[in-house]
Amino acid sequence: MSTDVDALRVEDLSIAYGGAAPSVSEVSLRVRAGEIVGVIGESGSGKSSIALAMMGLLPDSATVTAQAMTVAGSEMKDASERDWGTVRGVRASMVFQEPMSALNPCMRIGAQIAEVLLIHGLADKKAAQAKALDILKLVRMPDPERRMKYYPHQLSGGQRQRVVIAIAVAADPTLLVADEPTTALDVTVQAQILDLIRALRDETGMGVLFISHDLGVIGQLCERIAVMYRGRIVESGTTQRVLENPQHPYTRALLESIPRPSVPVRSALAVIPADNDFDRVPAVLEEAS
Amino acid sequence: MSGVAGSGVDGSGVDGSGVDGSGVDATGRSGDDVLRVTNLTQRFGHGDNAMVALDDVSLNVRRGETLGLVGESGSGKSTLARAILLMRKPTAGSIEFDGGDVTGLRGSALRRHRRRVQMVFQDPNDSLDPRFAIGRSVAEPLVAAGMSATDRRMRVFESLEQVGIPADAVNRYPHEFSGGQRQRIAIARAMAADPEFIVLDEPTSALDVSVQAQVLNLLVRLQERTGVTYLFITHNLAVVHHIAHRVAVMHNGKIVEEGTGEQVMNAPEHPYTRTLLESMPVLYRT
Repeated sequence: MSTDVDALRVEDLSIAYGGAAPSVSEVSLRVRAGEIVGVIGESGSGKSSIALAMMGLLPDSATVTAQAMTVAGSEMKDASERDWGTVRGVRASMVFQEPMSALNPCMRIGAQIAEVLLIHGLADKKAAQAKALDILKLVRMPDPERRMKYYPHQLSGGQRQRVVIAIAVAADPTLLVADEPTTALDVTVQAQILDLIRALRDETGMGVLFISHDLGVIGQLCERIAVMYRGRIVESGTTQRVLENPQHPYTRALLESIPRPSVPVRSALAVIPADNDFDRVPAVLEEAS
Repeated sequence: MSGVAGSGVDGSGVDGSGVDGSGVDATGRSGDDVLRVTNLTQRFGHGDNAMVALDDVSLNVRRGETLGLVGESGSGKSTLARAILLMRKPTAGSIEFDGGDVTGLRGSALRRHRRRVQMVFQDPNDSLDPRFAIGRSVAEPLVAAGMSATDRRMRVFESLEQVGIPADAVNRYPHEFSGGQRQRIAIARAMAADPEFIVLDEPTSALDVSVQAQVLNLLVRLQERTGVTYLFITHNLAVVHHIAHRVAVMHNGKIVEEGTGEQVMNAPEHPYTRTLLESMPVLYRT
């Protein structure tokens, strides 16, 4: 894997559905090789639309405009479905929130991982099984030899998400897009999956775009974060800077709305007023580099 | 809260109506427990295949306090909630409410008891019928309580006002409201019949944090105003630390740790509590 290519570079991305006002407005994002960048936002902020756009998975009703949209080194701004076929699942892949809907319930998990390698011509039939086992080991599946033959329903939620991640990293992608991959999991399992994503990044050098509504999870995993509100990035920077010294009023309000031990017990938490003018406050963006 | 005093055998002689929870400090059982669960066991299946969902659980909740019940999926926390709501007969053990054993209640006695205990679910749609206007859903517990139509109208307006939902909502339908508004309406419904005890099962888990903040603030306010008692069930230790007077941690059908939020978060004694804490993102521990 080349480390001089950015995993992702997007400039002035806007997404609109039908004739409606844009869901995403002029968003710029960069994920360097080996970097984990978080996008945090509440429901309706546009974060999931960005994830889908990065994989060419938006519905036909969506209008996408951008200055540039370079995914795993390829310019995908005006890419056709055929172009996406050479990128998606190979050089850029995605993990969703719900592992059960990403897996085939009637297929053994070993075969599902091998399938990715076969489809993309990365292994022949003979080698695919052995390689699938290696990948299952890579995602720290306990007792991988036996689990190769399991069906998804025989696995726990955390193990299923490991299989989904195995399928995503099978082709050694340059970019991994993870959309709320731990939201459906218990907190102890969530911690394990976050550790796994970090370890895979360390071992493979892939870049990760991590999308979540959970500031705690984003803070735990990501080196840099972008805070989205009403379709725009209102603040971005290193995780430490944004969490410890938030500049934009929306970021501040979001942090103050979280119950934490440092907030007096049973005191009123900050509430984001419905008639706020946060989207008129200029964004606080990190220096481009 | 009114109309509560005198309904139970209360040896302490303390008037419970004014307790707002802030006076609750000592640990151990006190004379003013509104709920006492003793050696409760719930087994599913038989023999070697039996699954023990609740394993000898004992728990007490004082009038006017919030007890936070934390656990992961499969810990037994929702089974315990169902048992407390008398939705299933336990295999063994007893549940006392306001000094009286309610474990085996049936018929009209059970219906009378049910008015005093309400529930709020994670998904507000579980208590709001999409085909009913809001007014009808909120009034439902009042119909069950036998309240007259005029009184019901008044009470519905009061309940909605308490949770900050405008009165014209009574003629609108659940889909016209946001998730946070729907959860506030579900809380208004639970509060309408002036219950003594509300089981809140992950009431904010499906909400955005900014909306969760509104709902948590609302729950604290309502408790201060009415003296209602909460059992707050969640997987989120930071949330219970914020809202609860005491916290109980469940794991594998057992309560493994109990104490104030401070004790549980700053000095956890059980290894499972420690694992739970270490798994939490740092942001929620500081």
